[in-house]
Amino acid sequence: MIEVRFFARFREELGADTEQLEAGRVNSVEDLLTDLRGRGGAWSRLFAEDQRVMAAVNQEVADQSTPLKDGDEVAFFPPVTGG
Amino acid sequence: MVDPVNYVHVQSEPLDPHREVDQLRADNPMIGAVVSFIGLMRDMNEGDKVDRLFLEHYPGMTEKALLKIVEEASRRWDLQGCRVVHRVGEMRPTDPIVVVVVASSHRKEAFLGCEFVIDYLKTQAPFWKKELTEGGERWVDARISDDEAEEKWRSDSSDD
Repeated sequence: MIEVRFFARFREELGADTEQLEAGRVNSVEDLLTDLRGRGGAWSRLFAEDQRVMAAVNQEVADQSTPLKDGDEVAFFPPVTGG
Repeated sequence: MVDPVNYVHVQSEPLDPHREVDQLRADNPMIGAVVSFIGLMRDMNEGDKVDRLFLEHYPGMTEKALLKIVEEASRRWDLQGCRVVHRVGEMRPTDPIVVVVVASSHRKEAFLGCEFVIDYLKTQAPFWKKELTEGGERWVDARISDDEAEEKWRSDSSDD
């Protein structure tokens, strides 16, 4: 399984903070984004191609080409605003 | 962890900037300069009065990201230590949000290291601000100027 997590505005607008996805269905961050974008509603709006989305795989900043495998923790969040 | 004088911490308790400076420089006679940055909560943003600030973070990743940033600063400059303590949860105007303290033998490295760490923290560490204004709650948008501040270090070739 792959664990997918959402933070901040994404978590609130999606009404979801985590979900489990069967490994093998998606092989990269890009695959996963395509899956999320295809769900309609807030999913399609937040993950539209022109939106700024940050991704992390196993708690390291990732990009679209980062591969995914069983046991990975993937997170999506808006640009960060700490400090 | 690699270098014991590099320390990062995320806490919901109020920050004490003076304590962080004292902790970093204690018992190290090699330190000749300490530069600190304290980020504070303002009561105005985007023209609106802000009563409260809520800081969310990504536990686990946040600490890793901060450690990576201070280790990169230590790689670029000859530093005696670097300490980053960031607050999360609910804050009020005038509360410190983050304290960055950098120590070195001479001031130039400490100034550069401190600016580098806060510039990277602003764009790389997973924290998100939500404000409470008279009009209700709203998530704070990332600033383009923060991206530009970080970009400057990427193009800077003087990373001796």
